[in-house]
Amino acid sequence: MAELKGWRDIPIGGMILEAGNAVEYPTGTWRAFRPVFGEAKCIHCFTCWLYCPDSSILVDPENEKMLGFDLEHCKGCGICASVCPVNAKVRREAGEELARDDPRLCIRMVEEGKFQE
Amino acid sequence: MSKFEALTGNDAVATAMRQINPDVVAAYPITPQTSTVQKFSEFVADGLVDTEFVTVESEHSAMSACVGASAAGARVMTATSANGLALMWEIVYIAASNRLPIVMSLVNRALSAPINIHCDHSDVMGMRDSGWIILFSENAQEAYDNIIQAVRIAEHPDVLLPVAVCQDGFITSHGMERVEIYEDEDVRAFIGEYRPQWSILDVDHPKTYGPLDFYDYYYEHKRQQVEAMKNAHRVIQEVAEEFNRKFNRNYGLFEAYRLDDAEVAVVVVNSTAGTAKVVVDQLRAEGLKVGLLKPRVFRPFPAKELVDALRHLKAVAVMDRSISFGSMGNAGPLFLELAAAMALHGVHIPMADYVFGLGGRDILPSEIESVYRDMLRAAETGQVERMVTYLSVRE
Amino acid sequence: MATKLALKELIKQPTRLTPGHRLCAGCGASIIVRQVLMAIDDPVVITNATGCLEVATTIYPYTAWNVPWMHNAFENAASTISGIEAAYRALVRKGKIPDRNVKFIAFGGDGGTYDIGLQALSGAAERGHQFLYICYDNGAYMNTGIQRSSATPMGAHTTTSPAGKKIPGKQQFRKDLTAIMAAHGIPYVAQAAPSHWRDLMKKVRKAVNCGGPAFINVLSSCNRGWRHPTDDTIEITQLAVDTCYWPLYEVENGEWRLTYKPKEKKPVEEWLKRQGRFRHLFRPENRHIIDELQAEVDRRWERLLHLCGEA
Ligand SMILES: Cc1ncc(C[n+]2csc(CCOP(=O)(O)OP(=O)(O)O)c2C)c(N)n1
Ligand code: SF4
Ligand code: SF4
Ligand SMILES: [Mg+2]
Repeated sequence: MAELKGWRDIPIGGMILEAGNAVEYPTGTWRAFRPVFGEAKCIHCFTCWLYCPDSSILVDPENEKMLGFDLEHCKGCGICASVCPVNAKVRREAGEELARDDPRLCIRMVEEGKFQE
Repeated sequence: MSKFEALTGNDAVATAMRQINPDVVAAYPITPQTSTVQKFSEFVADGLVDTEFVTVESEHSAMSACVGASAAGARVMTATSANGLALMWEIVYIAASNRLPIVMSLVNRALSAPINIHCDHSDVMGMRDSGWIILFSENAQEAYDNIIQAVRIAEHPDVLLPVAVCQDGFITSHGMERVEIYEDEDVRAFIGEYRPQWSILDVDHPKTYGPLDFYDYYYEHKRQQVEAMKNAHRVIQEVAEEFNRKFNRNYGLFEAYRLDDAEVAVVVVNSTAGTAKVVVDQLRAEGLKVGLLKPRVFRPFPAKELVDALRHLKAVAVMDRSISFGSMGNAGPLFLELAAAMALHGVHIPMADYVFGLGGRDILPSEIESVYRDMLRAAETGQVERMVTYLSVRE
Repeated sequence: MATKLALKELIKQPTRLTPGHRLCAGCGASIIVRQVLMAIDDPVVITNATGCLEVATTIYPYTAWNVPWMHNAFENAASTISGIEAAYRALVRKGKIPDRNVKFIAFGGDGGTYDIGLQALSGAAERGHQFLYICYDNGAYMNTGIQRSSATPMGAHTTTSPAGKKIPGKQQFRKDLTAIMAAHGIPYVAQAAPSHWRDLMKKVRKAVNCGGPAFINVLSSCNRGWRHPTDDTIEITQLAVDTCYWPLYEVENGEWRLTYKPKEKKPVEEWLKRQGRFRHLFRPENRHIIDELQAEVDRRWERLLHLCGEA
């Protein structure tokens, strides 16, 4: 948390002058589940990027690559995993119910704290 | 060259608005303010101003649109009365808290219920803690002059607060008077260009207005508003001095009429002060030492200056055109605040409150005279007979 | 040239809503905001009604907005944007600021739009301001703890329409706000869902270029209020569309057009059963509510098909 300022040192009227400074606020601590890559190869379709409510899918726009997860901010909702078309394909092909942390998936949701890189 | 015109108070305000040529006006009709916006609409329709006139569907939206437009860095004005102001209520506070220099012509009218269209001050007294600067006007000339000065006061970088300029509904708003109208160029030169420091339209420097502000900073923002009010006390006087130099009309925090050598005085705002001056002259002719104090600035309340102007008196009556229900003695707000100011400054002279004119009830010179006579008696005995009197109400 | 509506292109745009906001995990509101703002290449200025989106994105001294943004109050996002837009027109006309083709957007929840802000929205639409109003409709007052609004589906449990022993949840059907806005005769009105992102973005583009007021009603999942797992957000939204509870259509200059027709219209039950707020409806004594809801969904769907010339 930033140090609290006195009334002379803040803009009047409640205005916030630094656009987008919420990036400094870590919401990653909220996470109970963490998205991680599994075995299935990412096809860089950016569906997860589109639907992540927390803009926490890291991408390389130049090379058009999905890079991973912004764990500073990711809240672990699991939407990225649920919209991932590779995950859908893996599930279809498996012919059985797959757990959210099944290693065969592209994006897996694993319990926070239980995962080792 | 300025010229004299026969104008109603509302026309005088509309004329000031034409000269100011605000960027945005958002207003909604309500008696007795309506003729201001009607007149102004004609100016818009005839191309005499290039204002965006937002014909909103309610006063709540009027003030909301004013807040948006002012945050956009526009010079913004509105006008309303009573129920209209009451409907704006929530946004009246937001305008002040967001530090937006909106100027409002407030034509004073009694609040419902029962519904009534005539003058009293229950509307403006409801907004006294909202963070707006509040100016009173005795007549059309003062309403005109105050509106022009309000622009400068509101936009001053040390202030940045909205200003409400009051005049009495019907009595002033619809009474025809001889008003000195200054040259358009002179008015424009006096108010100058508005150069806002921030604007929501500055898309290259995006700012966030109106965030959620909890216990860690809300209080600091309120403290800033206090500072702005303190600064307004100074700025109002500076603007008045400059106005006097330019237009030769002297305004201050209040007007003292035959007060210097008076022994008793009445304190009253807006049009009734005009009637009271006539009474003062009559009683003076009888050799009675009476005077009048007419506050012009109600917010920020110039406590010390008022006390200094009154401290030599032997008795003071305040005349209030509204009641603060359930307050000490069920008195009026002007009395309560002035009595507190006197006491806290160690001035202990007999004081009484006279509530009058609610819902537009006429106030007669003879009634004002009776107030003076009460005070002359109090000056002799050293005490008032009653703290609060409801003048001319039928038992 | 407008950015192509392809994800490979959209990822190259600067982020207009940053992470670090405090909407619940999986909230639909920020997904919608991102899609709406991604669709617009021009500069934008935003007003936001009080509600989850507003409070969670601007907790002082932080803001998640990289674009000019203002919150005024709960019921006045539309009147506030009309003031800003009027100021823009005045200042451009007077030569005080350049014309940057700024687009004016108001965001409001269903409470701030269907209910308390309806008058302000109606007024601003009637006056013809150039603005796009986006209602993110999560079907209740979520910010204050899931109270019913006039957008809440029939039968839903909310904290002010609880599923009790005598009264099983909300008694009324949802107000058809999209049709009400269409009745204003403004140039562009649409209904959209973030599950159909390209459809949504196309609508946003039409809306901001329609030359007048525009309104888009967007279905926004709230997993807290709807009671579903956080990762079901998009799937459940898709089901609302496929059951025709939330049809996707547009009304352009008075012409009604369906923009998506489900291959197979699913029973509304399929959408209901995924959400805890409807759990009580599956008790035998409450089944009739599902039937009533289905009948109403069918009736509205038929009417829509008719209006769209598809019947
Ligand atoms: C005038 C007023 N009344 C009530 C409230 C309390 N309030 C704040 S947000 C809210 C509900 C918002 O609901 P909605 O617009 O649907 O947005 P959501 O929170 O669901 O996203 C309410 C009732 C308020 N802020 N202002
Ligand atoms: S889990 Fe949710 S917040 Fe985290 S990256 Fe995936 S979609 Fe984004
Ligand atoms: S309560 Fe619902 S609408 Fe509000 S932030 Fe949480 S998920 Fe979003
Ligand atoms: Mg809602």
